[in-house]
Amino acid sequence: MPLETETVPSGVMTTQLDSALGWARKYSIFQYPFVTACCGMEFMSVAASHYDLDRFGAGFPRFSPRQADVLMVVGTISHKIAPVLRRIYDQMAEPKWVVAFGVCTCTGGFYNDYSTVQGIDTIIPVDLYIPGCPPRPETVIQGLTMLQEKIQKTGGRPR
Amino acid sequence: MNSNLRGDVREAAAASNHETLSQLRAEGYNMLIDMTCVDYLTHGKPRRFDVIYRLMRLDPATGMDLGRVELHCAVDAEPAVLRSAKDLWPAADWLEREIWDMFGVKFADRPGIKRLLMYEEFAGHALQKDYPMGKRQPLIGPKSGEKAGSPSFNILKPTITGE
Repeated sequence: MPLETETVPSGVMTTQLDSALGWARKYSIFQYPFVTACCGMEFMSVAASHYDLDRFGAGFPRFSPRQADVLMVVGTISHKIAPVLRRIYDQMAEPKWVVAFGVCTCTGGFYNDYSTVQGIDTIIPVDLYIPGCPPRPETVIQGLTMLQEKIQKTGGRPR
Repeated sequence: MNSNLRGDVREAAAASNHETLSQLRAEGYNMLIDMTCVDYLTHGKPRRFDVIYRLMRLDPATGMDLGRVELHCAVDAEPAVLRSAKDLWPAADWLEREIWDMFGVKFADRPGIKRLLMYEEFAGHALQKDYPMGKRQPLIGPKSGEKAGSPSFNILKPTITGE
């Protein structure tokens, strides 16, 4: 008789609740795509069948912030739309994560001017920065797997 | 068909811009291609701005470009002397709002004109040559640009650079 059936009764899984929650959450990312600019095209290609973000459990966009886990900020954020982005973030339920997709959302990119927010981390907390102008789909997928590691490690605890 | 994309360049007194434009419209320039503005702050011209109307004669039967013309009107930001052209070409409505927004040139018969691109709280006009290049007017968030208590991703996963 194998060892585990002797020491543990059947139907019991030896793990921690946090770890189980993290495992469940990292493979069921409901994303809110906040798409404002040209990075949206790259986001579409990574979400569509060629690169297929759904393989990593993140293929389900929700267009209500109440139902979303990950806020994907895709594209240049101007000062005019910044309060809207902040409001979307505030409306999301915990646990929530924010991905800055593309260099404009990370730092403002080459738009160092009167109208552009110099990095969305000046208005909302950011968990993952994906640089690139625009990022390659491979970069996005690597970023997503890094975010999944983070979700696993934190178990989705509110910050 | 005229291959000259710019067409004739003509000048008009700002006070009579509407008369000149309706005359051009009567001549068959039925399409307002663009309306823009140039700030000649450092050029020492008697009037600081040039408001430029670009018109095209479009043949509705063939869709061909039958010729273009460009009308320049030299103005100052104050007082407002130009008249609105939105009764001639409805497209002028938003273009005039954009010119007001970016250059601060007003139109005499549009006293309550609204900004088109920037927010109402924005002070000044961003494309004027004397608008400070580094001036920032964020609606929310810090002016100096410090981070919003971002939880560092790098604590959990080192970056490629090993920071």
